[in-house]
Amino acid sequence: MSAPAHFAPGTPVRVGTGDPPSHVRTPRYIRGKPGVIERICGRFGNPERLAYGGDGQPKQTLYRVRFRQDAIWPDYAGAAQDTVDIEIYEHWLSADSDKS
Amino acid sequence: MERGVHDLGGLPGGPVDKSEHDYLPWEKSVDAILSLLVNDKRLMRVDELRRGIESLDADAYNQLSYYQRWIASIAAILVEKSVFTKAELEARIAGIDARLRAGATS
Repeated sequence: MSAPAHFAPGTPVRVGTGDPPSHVRTPRYIRGKPGVIERICGRFGNPERLAYGGDGQPKQTLYRVRFRQDAIWPDYAGAAQDTVDIEIYEHWLSADSDKS
Repeated sequence: MERGVHDLGGLPGGPVDKSEHDYLPWEKSVDAILSLLVNDKRLMRVDELRRGIESLDADAYNQLSYYQRWIASIAAILVEKSVFTKAELEARIAGIDARLRAGATS
């Protein structure tokens, strides 16, 4: 692998807050939220470039990221251990050292 | 940026319709057209399909059914790529429409 995944499973990450006018694969409700890398899904052509006729290079690592529901929804009334998994490309993620 | 009309996560959505239904013949045709364009002709990618669907204006997005959104996006992407012009597409639609009307009244 010429470009290894930047984040290992178990790593705390935070989703970027970017709001480009273009096609993106990161739903709005998860932007800025903290999660943990659940697994590395592989490397794929970047859909945000493929969507405009580009070749999708360089490929992006795709992760499955696990989020606590009560970290996403302020008024979440379900169980504290409830989570949601979202597949997110590496360029949307940064390491999250915030333990809050 | 304003929230895209397609980006619904977190909004009240009401109950989910879980009923099973068959695809209509034209819906299968749309699916086949996309498959031909993506896998056989390599004229477009599914990522472009999605971008085209997200580019529909909010009224169109809300009024169109799932496969209507697909064919609207496919047409827009192929016009964008100069596979055919909007005028050519409209002329073809008008011709088929006229033929169907003639057939229906004869």
